[in-house]
Amino acid sequence: MIAYILQRLLSIALSLFGVSLLVFFMVHLIPGDAALIILGERATEDALVELRQQMGLDQPLYKQYGKFLWDLAHLDLGRSFKTNERVIDEILRKFPATVELTLAAMGFSIVFGIGAGIIAAVNRGKFWDYMTMFGSLAGISMPIFWLGLMLILLFAYTFPIFPSSQRLDVMLDLDIQHRTHFYLIDTLLAGDLVAFRNAVSHLILPAMTLGTVPLAIIARMTRSSLLEVLNQQYIMTAHAKGLPKRIVILKHALKNSIIPVLTVIGLEFGYLMGGAILTEHIFSWPGLGSWLRAAVEARDIRPIQGGVLFVAWIFMMVNLIVDLLYAYFDPRIRVGGAAV
Amino acid sequence: MKEHRRQVYRALIRQKSAVIGASILIFFILAAIFAPLVATHDPREADVISRLKGWSKEHYFGTDKVGRDIFSRIVYGSRISIKIGVVAMTFSISLGTSLGIIAGYYGGWLDNVIMRVMDMMLALPSILLAMVIVTILGQSLTNVIIAVSIVYIPQYARILRASVLIIREQEYVMAARVIGASDLRILTTAVLPNCLAPLIVQATLGMGAAILDAAGLSFLGLGAEVGEPEWGAMLNENRALIRRAPWTVMTPGIAIFLIVLGFNLLGDALRDVLDPQVQT
Repeated sequence: MIAYILQRLLSIALSLFGVSLLVFFMVHLIPGDAALIILGERATEDALVELRQQMGLDQPLYKQYGKFLWDLAHLDLGRSFKTNERVIDEILRKFPATVELTLAAMGFSIVFGIGAGIIAAVNRGKFWDYMTMFGSLAGISMPIFWLGLMLILLFAYTFPIFPSSQRLDVMLDLDIQHRTHFYLIDTLLAGDLVAFRNAVSHLILPAMTLGTVPLAIIARMTRSSLLEVLNQQYIMTAHAKGLPKRIVILKHALKNSIIPVLTVIGLEFGYLMGGAILTEHIFSWPGLGSWLRAAVEARDIRPIQGGVLFVAWIFMMVNLIVDLLYAYFDPRIRVGGAAV
Repeated sequence: MKEHRRQVYRALIRQKSAVIGASILIFFILAAIFAPLVATHDPREADVISRLKGWSKEHYFGTDKVGRDIFSRIVYGSRISIKIGVVAMTFSISLGTSLGIIAGYYGGWLDNVIMRVMDMMLALPSILLAMVIVTILGQSLTNVIIAVSIVYIPQYARILRASVLIIREQEYVMAARVIGASDLRILTTAVLPNCLAPLIVQATLGMGAAILDAAGLSFLGLGAEVGEPEWGAMLNENRALIRRAPWTVMTPGIAIFLIVLGFNLLGDALRDVLDPQVQT
């Protein structure tokens, strides 16, 4: 197991090194002068020279990259040229919003995805199986940015049940002390149930939007994995013993078919980080995704570099955890050594 | 070979999802080819007098905030989407396939270098990687196509490498090597044809994914230029009007959904037919 972990850590270190090269060279790959792009056409020559010096663009490449890595090791990701704030501070402030959204979306997709998968598998070849499978194919094909807009149209405007943007109503937001920047936790810590309910209602539409694609994928995986197990003899034995169908499926079958589903859930976290960019844009959700989008639009180099590195790092850590859990549950992986 | 192809074709016809998926795609392809005949208006022509009109006989899908006919924009938009799908896939398949074959067939350090770079690309969510590439190249539809193409290279490289690793050890490949066939000949006549099945499936699914990603980038305001009849950009332009004129965002989204659904239905059916091992 330790050898396996070391092997995985090494490959992660390699990948991170690669990503750091990519974001480092981003500045140099941009056609034209990076300083000119940052300061705009009307910048004076003096300002350009100063910025180039400040960014170290006048130094040889290897020195620049060395400094980049050195800063990185000290968690210094530079400052935004637009807001002059430290990038790492902005990331840490925005990240909880994205995590809260992502976890809510994941919870939504796991509960409904596994549920739908079980219903489909149990009713194999019948009406509900076809409905679920068509629904999940539709979910996978769904442009979530459009789905989000439709949810807003339906549940925020036509039937005003849920709010359409932000994390909390402005009036409530002013009263809450932001200790963790996780609004569900902050409102609870403040003991303000009205604000908590308000935060939950703000979370529902974005979580549904972001969770739809993973829901569909989890449903498909649960169905096929469960079908495989349901054909095995010990399930027949359990039925023959006269156990209730519910127990056989939920306890005997589901337990053994859950591992592939877990892998898919882990992989979907990566998707969620990407999907969050779109979802946050629709719902004006003040998280890492909308922050990164704004940085890309403004070509604000430092935040893009920092944000990309940060997301890559989180993504790899999540994948590592999933792989380790997987290896823990299924010893064949450890012995084979090759993770697929 | 011919008989095999006929069998695949017959099996596909029996699959309802293949027929539905293919029909949707043919529908869009015809709309794209005959766009000037199908469209009722100039997709870029503003007509301020008839702005924000609902569905009518004159404007099937209504008009947007500057009075452009949404139906015609969607018809012309299918040209853009299909172009994105086809060009991006052609590019990423050719590069991904070559890299995968080289890595799998030659192995060694070449394999290591290629696959580590692919791993690195897979370490980023696809839309984020595409955003980075668009940042480097600048915002335009062409650059979005390039970005999406690059993003999907690793998937093909992985599939091909895995297939090549198995096929390389087959007896007919050894036989070819024994009679002195060159690497290139072995690769093109023995290895590549046997990798086709997973490649075709992935390419079909990949085209849908590429269209979806490209539309997402345009929706984020990082793709098609303002005013272009690109479906994602149309959604972005009109989303502020969703309350006043919901039809402006309804139909472009349905168009994206349908074309991606078409690719996914066809891809799923192809997988069932070409690869009997993964029956779901």
